[in-house]
Amino acid sequence: MSELTPKIDGLAEAEIDRTIGPWREAWRSFRKSKVAVAGMIIILFFVLLAIFGPFIAKEGINEQLAADRLQPPSAEYWLGTDDFGRDILSRIIHGARISLSVGFLSVIASVVVGSFLGIIAGYYGRWTDTIISRIFDIMLAFPSILLAIAIVSVLGPGLENALIAIAIINVPNFGRLIRSKVLSIKEDEYIMAAKAIGMKDARILFSHILPNSMAPVIVQGTLAIATAILEAAALGFLGLGAQAPQPEWGKMLADSKSYLQSAPWTMLFPGLAIMLTVLGFNLMGDGLRDALDPKMKN
Amino acid sequence: MSTTPLLKVENLKKYFPVKKGMFGKTVGYVKAVDDVSFFVNEGETLGIVGESGCGKSTTGRVLMRLLEPTDGEIEFDGKNLASLSQEEMRKTRRDIQMVFQDPYASLNPRHTIGKILEEPLIVHGISDPQERKKKVREFLEIVGLNEYHAKRYPHQFSGGQRQRIGIARALMTNPKLIIADEPVSALDVSIQAQVLNLMQDLQKEFNLTYIFIAHDLGVVRHISDRVAVMYLGKMVEVADSEQLYEKPLHPYTQALLSAVPVPDPDFQKEQIIIEGDIPNPADPPTGCTFHTRCPFKMDICTKVTPQLTEQTTGHSVACHLHVGQVDNDIKQLEGSL
Repeated sequence: MSELTPKIDGLAEAEIDRTIGPWREAWRSFRKSKVAVAGMIIILFFVLLAIFGPFIAKEGINEQLAADRLQPPSAEYWLGTDDFGRDILSRIIHGARISLSVGFLSVIASVVVGSFLGIIAGYYGRWTDTIISRIFDIMLAFPSILLAIAIVSVLGPGLENALIAIAIINVPNFGRLIRSKVLSIKEDEYIMAAKAIGMKDARILFSHILPNSMAPVIVQGTLAIATAILEAAALGFLGLGAQAPQPEWGKMLADSKSYLQSAPWTMLFPGLAIMLTVLGFNLMGDGLRDALDPKMKN
Repeated sequence: MSTTPLLKVENLKKYFPVKKGMFGKTVGYVKAVDDVSFFVNEGETLGIVGESGCGKSTTGRVLMRLLEPTDGEIEFDGKNLASLSQEEMRKTRRDIQMVFQDPYASLNPRHTIGKILEEPLIVHGISDPQERKKKVREFLEIVGLNEYHAKRYPHQFSGGQRQRIGIARALMTNPKLIIADEPVSALDVSIQAQVLNLMQDLQKEFNLTYIFIAHDLGVVRHISDRVAVMYLGKMVEVADSEQLYEKPLHPYTQALLSAVPVPDPDFQKEQIIIEGDIPNPADPPTGCTFHTRCPFKMDICTKVTPQLTEQTTGHSVACHLHVGQVDNDIKQLEGSL
């Protein structure tokens, strides 16, 4: 034992001094906001549900028991059953996977495409910027859900196509966000310094400008996941998103709308699930904004 | 000290177009750098001074082609930088590095110091990862920091330390010429001296050539062998440091020098106060651009632009007040007709 201890005394100053990176610093200030942490816990809960749900709720989501149609919440069916006698709880648990993956995947897709277009537009300016920005303007001129409906109608209804449509309609938001950020960052002296060192454009763009413009994108991305989930639900409700037996939350709402008076739980619980998830993302997004936005305090 | 110019600049111009209206029609130009010629010998320091907006920083950036020159030649080490392709210029930047004014803004806040210093080597494909790490540690020591600083981020350092990092970064590729754009103006006076001394030590150690841009004449005197004074995009006087400070010829230089504070409370000196502001560079005065503020204005000053003419060896001035100047200018004028 005594042979092991001296090492600790001999630690260099470098090792005692823990380096605080910009991301860790952001996490520290994020942690201080209780509301944001609450939002994160809600999201974590749904994420865990999405990952492990199918193992928890093993009973088939499409198992129909005609005898147990429209049962109110009870010890057997915690959240009741729907008009086909399917357990709503299991369907909501499985629906978490659908809603969250639509939310995450569509936002990731729009962030990747939007960032790429935005960074090119912002950095190179001139006609590249004009073309890309005008395309964004045109897309933003449509009400987003209308544009999504149009895209889905072209591609054909279905969950994947709904996801693609949601990704497309969010591209201009991210593109403009990144573009404006790049416009300000490219005037910073460290970008000038990077050029002076002799860096290639690609390196300047992806190693210097992109990481420094990520903060608002993360905030916007978190909030956009919430919107994407809502949009997916809306498309599902309209019959353009998830198709019949899939337990998508929006679709569940649509299917049970005729039972609003006789069996309100059929609508209440999917609605609550959507609301909670969206709330979680919004709370966390706000917290992230506070943590990342006041920039690095030198 | 050898006398071969490492850098020779001839008739360098940088005009920024002024655009107006919906279709961005060019209505005029801001002549940020207007027909500037000078040279820098190997191993010496050329100071460029002038008030803000006179084009000294623009000159520095145009030399590195961070801004594209409108016209002129930049001969560096046998190559005309102004005519190199972007890719060739990128490679040449290995030999010309820059130290920036604001040490708070010139380091990427998301990179560690080690990464910041290693990057110039990576970019120019110099040596292998292990060698590079070694070199980073070595240069941290050279500029007076410790090797464990490599793991830290810029915001954990003071302004003076950051500027040392900026200098270390400029040294990494073993350049011949360093353009220092107001490297100490953002620092405390006590720190300024440290950084200046460091730069002088490094100059001796690595046989560096500096172009030192500043608005503080005291700082420039401390470090420069020769000094060029700029006013409104033009060079008005170039001389050896001592000579310029002892015997300034241009009224603008005289006024600048009389504004340098002297650390002696009893010292009474003649203050030359020049009036008015620097004119709008988009619409510079005719003739000598300084005539609107010059206490010795003559008729000719409003009509004929004085050319930079050598008065004594190594001391050139662009002013009609000086011997031979008027004749020379008239000759120039006739020649151009």
